[in-house]
Amino acid sequence: MRAGGVWQRLTEGVPARALAALAVLAALLLAAPVLSQLLPAGDYWLSILILMVYFAYIGQAWNIMMGFAGQLSLGHALYLGLGGYIAAALYANLGVGPWLGVFAAVCIAMLAGGLIGYLGFRFSVAGVYFALLTIAFAEFTRILFDHFKWVGASGGLFLKVEPEGSPFNLQGSPVLFYYVILVLAALAFVFCRWLLTGRLGYYWLAIREDPEAAQAAGINVFRYKMLAVLISSGLTALGGVWSAFYYKNLFPESAFSMGRSIEVTLAPIIGGLGTLVGPILGSALLVGLGDLFTTMAERLAEYGIKAGGLKQIGYGVALLLIVMFRREGVWPWLAHWLGFDRHRENQP
Amino acid sequence: MSGAHLAVRNIGKSFRGLRAVNDVAFDVPAGAIHALIGPNGAGKTTCFNMIAGVYPPDGGTILLDEHSIAGLRPDQICAAGVGRTFQIVRPFMGLTVEENVTIGALAHCRHVPEARALARELLEELGLGDRRTARAASLTLPDRKRLEVARALATRPRLLLLDEVMAGLRPTETDQMVAFLKELNARTGVTILLIEHVMRAVMALSQHIVVLHHGEKIAEGRPEDVTRDPAVLDVYLGQEVH
Repeated sequence: MRAGGVWQRLTEGVPARALAALAVLAALLLAAPVLSQLLPAGDYWLSILILMVYFAYIGQAWNIMMGFAGQLSLGHALYLGLGGYIAAALYANLGVGPWLGVFAAVCIAMLAGGLIGYLGFRFSVAGVYFALLTIAFAEFTRILFDHFKWVGASGGLFLKVEPEGSPFNLQGSPVLFYYVILVLAALAFVFCRWLLTGRLGYYWLAIREDPEAAQAAGINVFRYKMLAVLISSGLTALGGVWSAFYYKNLFPESAFSMGRSIEVTLAPIIGGLGTLVGPILGSALLVGLGDLFTTMAERLAEYGIKAGGLKQIGYGVALLLIVMFRREGVWPWLAHWLGFDRHRENQP
Repeated sequence: MSGAHLAVRNIGKSFRGLRAVNDVAFDVPAGAIHALIGPNGAGKTTCFNMIAGVYPPDGGTILLDEHSIAGLRPDQICAAGVGRTFQIVRPFMGLTVEENVTIGALAHCRHVPEARALARELLEELGLGDRRTARAASLTLPDRKRLEVARALATRPRLLLLDEVMAGLRPTETDQMVAFLKELNARTGVTILLIEHVMRAVMALSQHIVVLHHGEKIAEGRPEDVTRDPAVLDVYLGQEVH
């Protein structure tokens, strides 16, 4: 397919105003490291932005499984953790650079995803039971890594800070990490749009809506669910590699934790399951709110008021409000309000 | 596109000891329109589900143009040329009408634009052209039934299984559907097997009727003969059927 065809496929049915808004957003994000330096505490704002883009990226990867294909995974920490651990251990223990290690990391995460998918889909473990299976695998792996000496077991795995390190080893300033995750998020966004507008996307939506009717319409449900898990786990592992090199430390207790898995799901749920903008918007809202609550707690502490759990409570309340009033997430509502969904009537 | 010959040979199915279908055999010749009738619980839908591959028959064979399809998965049977609708309609509710039919068309179209064009064509034919951007969930029941027919047809079946597509339709809508199916059959030669309670439609459409009762075939033949068959009249609440 020629470039023109690809562009047409990606943009068909998207209003010009939405494309323009996307272009402005892209330009702002590209210029953000420069712009942030104009602000007081610019490095801080950049670190917040990095988190937003990171959660948007892994949210996008998780959304492929849940939002597109309708398969609930509550164990995505497994792929993040595996990806991070493998690339970091290869680098720290064997000196294999991350640009090479990432292939091993992604392959192994996809193998794990493939195994879980095979067990779940082959034996018709569906819905919440499938979710339990994903949790179980993340938990097994956590315990396994707790005793895995080569990667530091429960003591953790650390990457040295290399001030003179080369970007080719994913060493450098936050600006480098910002651009790497931004490129990943942008590629994931375009890739997901590409998938959704093709056969695969249509089949996933059919499976999400009604697997039995999908099968009657000629869809090999097992095969397309497997593809969803494989793509989702592979993309998530990429995020895991980035995160391992950004934070430079990994502990089984946190890397494979339930909390980490839940974290992955929040942005797309809040932004809008199954939408492309949902994970981005949800992540901006969540990280933004989280930062707001943290700042508020700090201010309150100055007056001697202890409000340590404010962020968690704030998250809880925000989630509650979304679940109660914006069931389908913020983006479908916002898109309707902005008039970006005119090609489709009856959109709530 | 032409019709396929369906041969059902002595199939049976039990659910936890309950014999839902017992030793049923019938033929639907290529290009014919046959009906499967019988009181509720007679095993009609179970027969459909075995033909469509939802579950395998306990015994017997199902041949589509001499190839056995018994025990294949529903998607394989769809690929072999069988399209179906569901008694309790199951369109993809969250998707648009056009997306629903496009998914069916992707069974044989290589690219999405091609599938979409075919979907639009079918929707026009079934009178759903102006609803194509609506979500399936917003359709009325008759429109949902039409949508199911469109989605099944989009897979380019050689045998079309219609499970009570007239139920809930008004008489004029029933007549429209009958006219559409007749025209479709005449134009493409697709074989049609329908389960139907609306006798008005059965009489107008089918050349041959198979009657099931308690999982067994009790009669078959031309519509005018079957509706006079004493055994059939007996199971149909003791009333005469028109």
